[in-house]
Amino acid sequence: MRPLKIVVLAKQVPDTRHVGPDAMKPDGTVNRGKLSTVFNPDDLHALELALNIKDRIPGTTVTLLTMGPQKAADIIREGYYRGADYGVMISDRRFGGADTLATSYTLVKGIKKLAPYDLVLGGRQAIDGDTAQVGPQCADKLNIPQVTYVEEILEINDDKIVARRRLSKGIETVAAPYPCLMTVHGSSPACRSRHAKKVMQYKYARTKTELRSADEMLLLLHEKRPYLTIPEWSVEDIEANLEKIGLNGSPTKVKSVENIVLTANEAKILSESDADIEMMIKELIEHHTIG
Amino acid sequence: MEKKKSVLVYCEVENQKVADISQELLSAGKRLAEKLGSPLEAMIFGANLNGIESQIAPYGVDKLFVGNGLKLEPYQTLPHAALASYILNEEDPQIVLFGATSVGRDLAPRLASKLNCGLTADCTILDIGDHFVKKEKKEYKDLLYAIRPAFGGSIMANIINWDMHPQMATVREGVMKKEIFDEHYSTEIVEVDVNSILNKEDFVVEIIDREIKESGVNLKDAPIIVAGGYGVGSKENFDYLIELAELLGGEVGGSRAAVDAGFIEHDRQIGQTGTTVRPKLYIAAGISGAIQHTAGMQDASMIISINNDPEAPINKLADYVIHGDLGVVVPKMIKYYKQNAK
Repeated sequence: MRPLKIVVLAKQVPDTRHVGPDAMKPDGTVNRGKLSTVFNPDDLHALELALNIKDRIPGTTVTLLTMGPQKAADIIREGYYRGADYGVMISDRRFGGADTLATSYTLVKGIKKLAPYDLVLGGRQAIDGDTAQVGPQCADKLNIPQVTYVEEILEINDDKIVARRRLSKGIETVAAPYPCLMTVHGSSPACRSRHAKKVMQYKYARTKTELRSADEMLLLLHEKRPYLTIPEWSVEDIEANLEKIGLNGSPTKVKSVENIVLTANEAKILSESDADIEMMIKELIEHHTIG
Repeated sequence: MEKKKSVLVYCEVENQKVADISQELLSAGKRLAEKLGSPLEAMIFGANLNGIESQIAPYGVDKLFVGNGLKLEPYQTLPHAALASYILNEEDPQIVLFGATSVGRDLAPRLASKLNCGLTADCTILDIGDHFVKKEKKEYKDLLYAIRPAFGGSIMANIINWDMHPQMATVREGVMKKEIFDEHYSTEIVEVDVNSILNKEDFVVEIIDREIKESGVNLKDAPIIVAGGYGVGSKENFDYLIELAELLGGEVGGSRAAVDAGFIEHDRQIGQTGTTVRPKLYIAAGISGAIQHTAGMQDASMIISINNDPEAPINKLADYVIHGDLGVVVPKMIKYYKQNAK
């Protein structure tokens, strides 16, 4: 089997699973500064799937592609630590405010710059929106088949790849030709941890923008080891149409946001005492709610 | 008068049975269509669909597009996307609805990209309303309000799309209520010429094997649900909830945090990205009550919250709030139920 060229799409997301009380501003908008950021969990599964293919077929390369603000370079470094071969960041203020349609347009511009490729992988969905839309939208724009909710790669042949999909009511095994795009389900194996050696090797990886505030030592290191400089692509680098990116390219707009305040019921407040619990159970039985 | 553009629903079908979610969407679509004074349309692609309209027409569908062919079932992305985009281009609807299922979430984004339009996922409320665009100094009338919890369920967002139509949305199963509109509703049926639209390229992905089973879990119809959240603390502690659910003749459910933590299986998740339930009794143990979760259970007739945290938001929905540790409370509930039940 020939080695494959794999592009993994990854996103840095606010950690919405741990939303603290100060995550919302008094006016009901999200206080992004108060949320820590993480490697989107499903995208880590996608990275593992790619690395697993690389284990099986030596010579396979894994390129991590992310779009985001400068801070998202953390995603690329994390990918390096875990075994990715290359990382590319698409970063430009003008990409900001993108919905899934504009995001997929931008990512596809980046993927095309990385062509040729055999596989494009990404997580099924990102925890900050849960839409699961960007994968299929990219596949459409690349005009390649999509295989969503992939759990395991069963076979890798020269002309096709066989994957098992996790559906809401079962599983399905499909064979798809190259190139194709797969979105990876959270039920697939978790990503391997960092390699100590890779951490040593890549901990000084920086984007050009990050290097602007670097000291001389770091600049010298990057001169000696050019692989440490993370490519950073702007609107011009990927030849993106300004009408199709950021807010301009996003058909869906937020009209209003409401902080839901639950209106209080007249609840009976009970303790864990025997008397309280027995009283409640008796009432429930009496009202035929249970029993 | 100009004919109003339609509301169109993509219907899922397997073995000649139209999916529940699709019928729920037809009802939701009908309510939107009536507000707009528009026709309701539907499209369905599958095998052996003769007579399938009997499961669709009663929801008030004015026009049904049927793509019939053995190769169209089970669902595959490319042929269904090709047929759907053909119909959407011909019909030019204003609103298109999909189930937020394995099928709808695979198909709708592909179509949204093809048509270069907006798509809002997992809506819990659909409505019609206006919007004034300041930049254009223009009022857009009769837009789709696609309302969904966002940001881990801490807010509800109203998403609109005024300039890149159609307006598309997906909705989870169980969120919308299905209601027969008229048993004898007259529906125009349009046969789609499948073979002239599809080509070989649409079948490059091959389904090798398929194992579909209805999950043994039926949260949607359970009269009593005992649900646990992250606060349950461990898989072992969930055993208390399982015992109580079994005793009461109910089902066990979990919040997303409990599922993510591995305390309970994925198909038992309740909330916006899980199942929406309306049981007679909902017992929430160790669940704080993010909107993501409460969106899926707030219509329960009675809610009991067991929580260490007196400030847990879910307490505001509850009829009984028990301050305490579930390891103490639940065994006592079991004990006193056994003592008092007839």
